[in-house]
Amino acid sequence: MSNALEIAGLTKTYGDGFQALKGIDLTVREGDFFALLGPNGAGKSTTLGIVCSLVNKSAGTVKVFGHDIDTDLSAAKVNLGVVPQEFNFNQFEKVFDIVTTQAGYYGIPLRQARVSAEKYLRKLGLWDKRDTPARMLSGGMKRRLMIARALVHEPRLLILDEPTAGVDIELRRSMWAFLEEINREGTTIILTTHYLEEAEALCRNIAIIDHGLILRNTSKRELLQQLHVETFVLDTAEPLEGAPGLDGFVTRLDDEGALEVDVEKGQSLNRVFIELEGLGIRVVSMRTKANRLEELFIRMVEENAVANKSAAAGAKGASA
Amino acid sequence: MKTSAILTAFNTIVIREIRRFTRIWPQTLLPPAVTMTLYFIIFGNLIGSRIGQMGGFDYMSFIVPGLIMMSVITSSYANVVSSFFSMKFQRSIEELLVSPIPNWVILAGYVTGGMARGLGIGVIVTLLSLAFTRLEIHHLGVVVVTVFLTSALFAIGGFINAMLATKFDDISIVPTFVLTPLTYLGGVFYSIQLLPEFWQGVSMVNPILYMVNAFRYGILGVSDVNVYVALGMILVFIVLLAAVALRLLARGKGIRH
Repeated sequence: MSNALEIAGLTKTYGDGFQALKGIDLTVREGDFFALLGPNGAGKSTTLGIVCSLVNKSAGTVKVFGHDIDTDLSAAKVNLGVVPQEFNFNQFEKVFDIVTTQAGYYGIPLRQARVSAEKYLRKLGLWDKRDTPARMLSGGMKRRLMIARALVHEPRLLILDEPTAGVDIELRRSMWAFLEEINREGTTIILTTHYLEEAEALCRNIAIIDHGLILRNTSKRELLQQLHVETFVLDTAEPLEGAPGLDGFVTRLDDEGALEVDVEKGQSLNRVFIELEGLGIRVVSMRTKANRLEELFIRMVEENAVANKSAAAGAKGASA
Repeated sequence: MKTSAILTAFNTIVIREIRRFTRIWPQTLLPPAVTMTLYFIIFGNLIGSRIGQMGGFDYMSFIVPGLIMMSVITSSYANVVSSFFSMKFQRSIEELLVSPIPNWVILAGYVTGGMARGLGIGVIVTLLSLAFTRLEIHHLGVVVVTVFLTSALFAIGGFINAMLATKFDDISIVPTFVLTPLTYLGGVFYSIQLLPEFWQGVSMVNPILYMVNAFRYGILGVSDVNVYVALGMILVFIVLLAAVALRLLARGKGIRH
């Protein structure tokens, strides 16, 4: 399989001197469901903005299905569909017109555009709203409208910048199912999101970016294997007055009085239950404390912040 | 993009523009019709009847070509500057930027949309003028070429204004403080032969004077300037401004970070 996206040495310095990207390399394979994660201001939207021609790069190369955006921009764009973070359609236009007009910009004749627009508006549950001005739609509908608009020319690579921001859980799940479906049908997807459970549920490969640098670019499985400790939350039949001591495990009570147990990789969860049984504590339910990817993400970003601080302090000391 | 795809993209922009200004016709089509009717009544009929002849014609016949041209100029400019700046403001310009449309097609699409409104207004004002005077076209070719070129020129001007504008104030400065004075001083209401020699010379550097007079020549057969010089000047300005607009688009001025 070819590469859907190849980025090499990409840098971006804005007019005010802020360096948003410091030479990143990134490759996304065709057919992948890829997440680009990072805290606010890490460089995610700048990276995707450059790929979509909304931001001018300072240096580096970007290729979409082998088409260099410096020398073959038109061919690169034909392969791209973009769902931006902010609503960016004309609020006064009707839903159907917004989607068919976008198809027209890609040179798709109106008759064909209407068929494609109907297909995606139906799939995304917006067909009944086709004659409604966009400003009358709910936030979730507006997000789905942007997805329909991005897909109307059947791109091979779909870029979604926080597509489910502000969307309720039920709708978010249905959007996940839709994205998984089009990914199965062959569309490569690159996603940025603040909901790390979204990335964990959907994506096969993940890159973590912070301060304009890629900290990690690997498969989700490999990333999660780096998680040494997982925290389980146990609800007990009787309320506990204090955290019981369990041999080899760190325990504590959370704010609601449930028992939290840290289990390191290689430790047996059975031992937790055997010890609790011995103490006469009956467990009625159990869950993992937080999204595993979230824990890992927070740790990496914190480590990077510490490293940056040390480097800055070192530089200051050297100059003094 | 293939030629057929480029044509589809171009048509899409033009149709969208026409749909936009016809949807909001009380803001775009009605006001110039009302304003020009008032000009015909007040300046043409009430005051004009006391002025007598101008350039060998009754005053109403003299001002009609200038008023048609004035409405074409302002409408062509206003359509592009307001539409393109609104797209920037709402960020729906990104729909165009992510698509494979070449920059020259974007410019051509918006300019054609502006011309559609400008020429549409020109037709409306011409039809209204027939209620006040008889129009006998002296040279149809000059009329058509002049009005098309002038409309195109000011549509490109509106596009450049929209590219450079960063706030809504910026899109009204040029029409209010540049376009309107130049139009009023461009021989719409008078022949520059009435002016002292010095002010005649000053008037000759006003480009709108050439457009109004070329158009007047097409309708009445009289002009204060050489018609071919006027048409040549319009063409040169079109080429220059189109080059500036394409340069701004290529740099992404105000539309790409």
